[in-house]
Amino acid sequence: MRAVISVIGEDRVGILAMVSTICAKANANVIEVTQSVLQEFFVMMMVVDISNLNCELTDLRKDLEGNSMGMKIQVMHEDIFNSMHRI
Amino acid sequence: MPNFNDIIETITMIQEENLDIRTITMGISLLDCCDEDVDRSCEKVYKKIYNCANNLVKTGNDIQQKYGIPIINKRVSVTPIAMLAGASGGDPVKYALTLDRVAKDVGVNFIGGYSALVHKGFSPGDEELLKSIPKALSATEYVCASVNIGSTKSGINMDGVRTMGKVIRETAELTADRQCIGAAKLVVFCNAPEDNPFMAGAFHGPGEPNCVINVGVSGPGVVRAALAKADKDLDLTQIADIIKKTAFKITRMGQLVGSEASHRLGVPFGIVDLSLAPTPAVGDSVAHILEEIGLESCGAFGTTAALALLNDAVKKGGVMASSNVGGLSGAFIPVTEDEGMVAAVRSGNLTVEKLEAMTAVCSVGLDMIVIPGDTSSEVIAGIIADEAAIGMVNSKTTAVRIIPAIGKKEGEELEFGGLLGGGPVMKINQSSPAGMISRGGRIPAPLQSLKN
Repeated sequence: MRAVISVIGEDRVGILAMVSTICAKANANVIEVTQSVLQEFFVMMMVVDISNLNCELTDLRKDLEGNSMGMKIQVMHEDIFNSMHRI
Repeated sequence: MPNFNDIIETITMIQEENLDIRTITMGISLLDCCDEDVDRSCEKVYKKIYNCANNLVKTGNDIQQKYGIPIINKRVSVTPIAMLAGASGGDPVKYALTLDRVAKDVGVNFIGGYSALVHKGFSPGDEELLKSIPKALSATEYVCASVNIGSTKSGINMDGVRTMGKVIRETAELTADRQCIGAAKLVVFCNAPEDNPFMAGAFHGPGEPNCVINVGVSGPGVVRAALAKADKDLDLTQIADIIKKTAFKITRMGQLVGSEASHRLGVPFGIVDLSLAPTPAVGDSVAHILEEIGLESCGAFGTTAALALLNDAVKKGGVMASSNVGGLSGAFIPVTEDEGMVAAVRSGNLTVEKLEAMTAVCSVGLDMIVIPGDTSSEVIAGIIADEAAIGMVNSKTTAVRIIPAIGKKEGEELEFGGLLGGGPVMKINQSSPAGMISRGGRIPAPLQSLKN
């Protein structure tokens, strides 16, 4: 089971560090990270393995949102992207 | 990893273009609750619905958390109550109060099925239920009522039409102190689908299984945004293609959520109803899609053609995305729920006559239209008969959900709030069809019914 964490907002120091620290705490293994800066916005997508989470997915989301540093953070199960964009 | 742009697209659809799962509706058969005693029957109804649906809201919320997609409503639809009332006798309002109580206890937003199927005539229980609708809707908060008065196979029951003209008026009168809201929870159908998850017309048809999950997805904002981003010089075939692709993606999401809900609840999955259902939220308007196609205002000549294209493209995209597309599936055109429609009415560009033409090519009928409070029950019956005739001849569902604004005149407004929105009282032709309506009887089924 994998989830996609997306982070969108103003670029600043420490975003990746914050997200990966929270993931590590929840035992979510980071599989892949893509990031880029579109215009002035920082956009990061992180795919994490959530098979062995030591908490609920909701808790991971709350933790990330609580430390969002003013960015928009989404945690969504990977299936939604696969079902919408692949036949 | 899913494609970067695909992820961005999905997130934009949800966050900025109002994409949502409009409803997860659990259909529950109450046929095994029939009892010759109305109180015992009500008790069985309460227990059955409670047992089936007490996890529905939690499951919906859990799925929302997992996928990050808003699931706006959780609802229940039940076997038409007229069937139970026929078996038990007694006051049908007792059923309405029971449904209201159980809806509140399981936490759903609406419960549909205070209904009767009278397209060919009345069986025991039907007439009592019809007459009880005003009282039932004024005494409850969550209950929705619907009545099927016609079908392509059987024609139009004009006695039913006449009665419903009166019932709609009376319902509005009894709830006049609450913006006549009762009438907004009452739908009169021709060719009613048995698996529609959308309110106020949802009921669980007698041909349906014991318990089933149906999902309604929506996303007018997504379709409008997709068209807004497209080149301005695309021809209409290409426009249809964009709508089709967008509808496909939306429906896939509905299929995913429906399967997951059905799995978690241990209930079979029924259908995905892909309907572009507008909300009063800014940007979530079907009228704006039509305007994006190239109309100055919804209601302009060309509107019916644009809506036909939209409705058809939505169905084609949806059919490819799910093996179980059902319900109403198409574009809804409720006036008060759609800010673009309301604006078109205010500017004088959208009239009831144009809306009637539009219903010939969209998935429902005259929906959420506020009419003057002094409109007679015969005129309302005439509106119902016209709409039913369009549905009967074209082998499609049509419906009437109109709200007589008691004590108000053209230009004044009703405000329902929430998803029901609000809007101005529309001008309608008040010349009387009373002579025709008082004849009663049945309009025979059209030639289209003889397909065997």
